[in-house]
Amino acid sequence: MSIIVSAKDLNLYYGAFQALIDVCLDIPEKEITALIGPSGCGKSTFLKTLNRMNDLIPGVKITGELTYHGENIYNGGLDVTVLRKNIGMVFQKPNPFPMSIYDNIAYGPRLHGKLKKAALDDLVERSLKGAVLWDEVKDRLKKSAMGLSGGQQQRLCIARALSVEPDVLLMDEPTSALDPASTAKIEDLMSELKKNYTVVIVTHNMQQAARISDRTAFFLVGVLVEVGQTNDVFSIPRDKRTEDYISGRFG
Amino acid sequence: MRWGVATPSRNKKLSARRRISGGLLKGIVFLCAGVTVALLVGLLGFILYHGLGNINWAFLTTARSALKNTIGIFPNILFTLYIIITALLISLPIGVGASIYLNEYASHKRLARMIEFTAETLTGIPSIIFGLVGYLFFCRMLGLGASILSGALTLVVMVLPIIVRTTQEALKTVPDSYREGAVALGATKWYMIRTIILPSSLDGIVGGCILAIGRIVGESAALIFTAGVGYQLVTNYFQALGTSGGTLSVALYVYVYEQGEFEAGYGIAAILVMIVLLVNFATKLVKKKFKRI
Repeated sequence: MSIIVSAKDLNLYYGAFQALIDVCLDIPEKEITALIGPSGCGKSTFLKTLNRMNDLIPGVKITGELTYHGENIYNGGLDVTVLRKNIGMVFQKPNPFPMSIYDNIAYGPRLHGKLKKAALDDLVERSLKGAVLWDEVKDRLKKSAMGLSGGQQQRLCIARALSVEPDVLLMDEPTSALDPASTAKIEDLMSELKKNYTVVIVTHNMQQAARISDRTAFFLVGVLVEVGQTNDVFSIPRDKRTEDYISGRFG
Repeated sequence: MRWGVATPSRNKKLSARRRISGGLLKGIVFLCAGVTVALLVGLLGFILYHGLGNINWAFLTTARSALKNTIGIFPNILFTLYIIITALLISLPIGVGASIYLNEYASHKRLARMIEFTAETLTGIPSIIFGLVGYLFFCRMLGLGASILSGALTLVVMVLPIIVRTTQEALKTVPDSYREGAVALGATKWYMIRTIILPSSLDGIVGGCILAIGRIVGESAALIFTAGVGYQLVTNYFQALGTSGGTLSVALYVYVYEQGEFEAGYGIAAILVMIVLLVNFATKLVKKKFKRI
């Protein structure tokens, strides 16, 4: 089991407010790591430090060490666009661009370099197949992505993230805006994805974390309380707070 | 109980009174609506009735000739076009650029608000003041004289706030989730703006342009000072920039007020009214077209 992303004593401040406190967390390759915890516990914040999406928010300060393949993510010389190509992200609400299905998927590859039409077609097909959406949309690739259902839109966003061939996929509550049937499809898809990708998922839904993840990390007010194999965390939590949370006593 | 007891007869009287006052009010608002529509239809009808008869091929395609004693507005049509093109060529990049800065880059919110406030105030200033300032600054200080260029530059100052505001409104309606989505794929900010933000706010930008065109076509006060009232035919655009030329609205003023040529005035008025109608339809069409995406 090799570690692909590693945080050591990571602290994050939004202005005067400290959102992450001394977080140490290793994320192993080709596994699903679930981040759970009540609202405002820092799990989404942690997720967004991994691809530096927090850079968009003014007033954010980060200390400590966060590495991807051993390289410091917050190293000044690092090319953020390359980092984000390697660490893809899927958001809470499906956010397809207002363009055709094809152009949505082709957006990333076009951004990172010129491809021949045939190669691009191939990549679009592979990405859509990777997100198990190809059969549903192959006859209407030129139609607007806004016409897809919510669940299809979210799989489109996953396909879009896959199109730039990342090796880590961050998912920020990817099913919280979806109905149960679409949620089930995305969960199935995630089990497929972990064969080729490392997945880090933030979820409010503990059953979801228990169902799909290999490892679970529990956050509380900016502190990483407990991390371990999902089975262990859910059946024999070491910390009283974890036990209280997963047994539904708060949150 | 101080409340009146609702006896059947009292109820009847009350409801009768309510019916009458309700009916009366409905009549009044109906009349108000009728007056509004009648005003528009009446004005349009009056102008078109008097104007359309004066529009003919020669009127549209020739210049005024003192020799033949004929009136033609071809030069004024061209001057109007030149001014629109010049003013938009300058104000569009500046306006869109400013809006992008304000909406996407400005981290200094106070400065951004100040610029927004300035733009709003500028929209409310009477156009004659723009004319005065344009005359003093462009015509005299910069020595451009009364010319299409001076007029266009004055109008740039006038329509810039319109373009900034409409563009900014459009940029604000682009959801942040698009920005995040693009950035998360590794797009740089500028690439994201170019490929996602600008295309999805194109309707607002086009809408702003159309509004600006409407404003330019209808402008007279600011142009009499700055672009002058010339009516000589100049077909070369670059040559026209340096010559004095009256737009259609200015020509209308000059013909009617200074020369008593009412037929020509009505003709121009009819053309202007049709242009305004056309601009309004174009705006609607653009909105509809972009809505479908």
